Amino acid sequence: MERMEIRLAGTGGQGVILASIILAEAAVNAGRYACQTQSYGPEARGGACKAEAIISDSKISYPEVSDPGFVLVLTQKAAEKYVRNLKDDAIVIVDSRVEIPAEAENHKVYHLPILDTAEYKVGKAVTANIVAVGVINRILGICSFEELAETVRNRIPKGTEEFNLKALKAGNEMDLGG
Amino acid sequence: MSKRILMQGNEACVRGALKAGMRFFAGYPITPSTEIAEGCAVELPKVGGKFVQMEDEIASMAAVIGASVTGVKAMTATSGPGFSLKQENIGYASMAEIPCVIVDVQRSGPSTGLPTSSSQGDVMQSRWGTHGDHPIIVLSPSSVSETYYLAIRAFNLAEKYMTPVIFLMDEMIGHLRETVEIDDNVEIICRKQPDAPEGKFEAYKGEENLVPVLPVFGSGHYYNITGLTHNTWGFPTNNRAVANELNSRLLNKIENNRRDIEAWDEYLTDDAEILIIAYGGSARVGEDAVDMLRRKGIKAGMYRPITIWPMAEDRLRELSQRIKKILVIEHNNGQYLHEVERVAADDAEIEFIGRINGAFILPEEVTEKAEAM
Repeated sequence: MERMEIRLAGTGGQGVILASIILAEAAVNAGRYACQTQSYGPEARGGACKAEAIISDSKISYPEVSDPGFVLVLTQKAAEKYVRNLKDDAIVIVDSRVEIPAEAENHKVYHLPILDTAEYKVGKAVTANIVAVGVINRILGICSFEELAETVRNRIPKGTEEFNLKALKAGNEMDLGG
Repeated sequence: MSKRILMQGNEACVRGALKAGMRFFAGYPITPSTEIAEGCAVELPKVGGKFVQMEDEIASMAAVIGASVTGVKAMTATSGPGFSLKQENIGYASMAEIPCVIVDVQRSGPSTGLPTSSSQGDVMQSRWGTHGDHPIIVLSPSSVSETYYLAIRAFNLAEKYMTPVIFLMDEMIGHLRETVEIDDNVEIICRKQPDAPEGKFEAYKGEENLVPVLPVFGSGHYYNITGLTHNTWGFPTNNRAVANELNSRLLNKIENNRRDIEAWDEYLTDDAEILIIAYGGSARVGEDAVDMLRRKGIKAGMYRPITIWPMAEDRLRELSQRIKKILVIEHNNGQYLHEVERVAADDAEIEFIGRINGAFILPEEVTEKAEAM
C-alpha cells in the first residue's frame, strides 16, 4: 500500500479518534507502517472533531495528512469543514443523514447509512465508529476481517465485545451499492 | 526485541521513564502533556512507585527535587504555562545538583495560547528559563520510538551528571501514534554513591569529571543542600573565590563532558549541497522535504540536533564549511536559528522557515524555499 491518508470527521463524542486508532493499529498488526493524529478544540465535548491516519508499506516521515485519499464524514458540519484538499482519486464516505458536500463532487462518493445501522441494526448509536471501521476496511483492504476484529477487541472496554463486533460485522457487510 | 506496535509519544515517554527506573512522578495535568501524568498514575503503583498530583506546577517541581534527594529517580511533565512556573525550582535543582527529568510537551503560546496546537516556542526557555548562569541538558525527540530511548537517556544523563535534564517534546510527537519497535536491552545509569564510611561528607567537591557524589538522604552521610552559593560541604558562603569555583565547576561539568553528552543525527549529508536543520517535530517535515528534493535531483541533507543543549556545534561547523546553503525550520519564530547563525553564519548562507499559528510547516514550503536558494 502506497501512502494512504485517511481522514475521519464528526462531532466530539462520536468516537472518530478511536476509529482512527483502530485502523492505524490494525495496519501495524498487519505488518504495515501507520501514523495517527487528531485535532480538536479546547472544549471537552461537542464541536467538530477530526482524526487522521496514514497507512503505508514504507516508513512514514511527515506524519500529518495534507491531501487525503479517503475521507469519512458523520455530520453536516464536518462535511462542510473537512471535505477538502482531496486527492484526485479520493474516496469519500458521507453518512446518509448528511447531504453530500459540493467539494466531494467528481470523487468516488459512498452515501451510506452508518449512523442508522448503528442505531437501528446494532441497536446502539455509540457503535457508529465501529460500523465505520468495518466499512472503511472493506473498501481500503487494510487487513483481514479477523485481524481487524482482534484489534477492535483490544481497544474497546471490557463487556462491550458483543455489540461492538456486531457493529463491525454490520459495517463489513454493508451494501455499498453500485 | 519486542514486536512492532502502535504507540503514542506521551505513552512512549512514560514507558521509557519507567524503564530508566523512574519511581516518582509529581505533576499538575496540562494539555498536551496530560497522558504522561495519566500513564504514570496507572503504572507507577504497579512497580512500587509513587504518583502525586500536586496543587500546582511549582509544588510539583519541589516534590520531584525532594524525591530525588532520597535517591529515587523522579520526573514531572508539563507544557508551556506550567514550564514557566517550574523554572525557579529547576534552577534550584541545577544549583544543588539534584538529578531529575522535566518533560515539556510544547504547545503554542505565549501564555495559555493554543492549548491543543503544537509549537517549538519553548526552546530558548528550556535553555535560559531559570535565572543565573546555570548548566542544563536539553533533549528533543522527533519520533515515538526515539521518545522512548531518549527518555531513558534523559534519566541516564541526569544521574551521571547530577543535573536536571529537560526533555523537550512537542505536541506533534507527544500526541502522535505511530509504529514503534522497542528494545528492552538498554543501558541504565544510576548516580554514584560514596564508598566512604558514614559521617561528615564533602559532597560538593566534584570528582575528576567535576560531577559531585551526593549521598542519598538517610544513608548515614551528612552534608548540606541549599540553593545558596555553597562550599564543598554544601554550606552557604559569600567567599568570592569559592563562589567562582562553584559556578565554574557547575558550567564546566557539562562543557568538559560535552563529547559524551552531545547527540545528533544526519540524513543524506555526505554529498549534500543544501543542509536542512531541524529537530523534534519539525525534523519530520525536514526529512520529508529532503526526500522530495532528492527526487527532483537536488542534493539535500538534514542535520538534526538531538541534544538541543549542549549543541553538537563542532559537527555543525564542519558541515557548514562544506555545505554552503543552510535552511533552518522550526515551529517558532526563529529561536534555534540564532544558535545556528552563531556557529555557521561565517561559512554558509542561512535561510529560515518558521510557524507561529499552531499549524505545521508543509514539506512543500521547505522544498520551494530550498529550490530558490
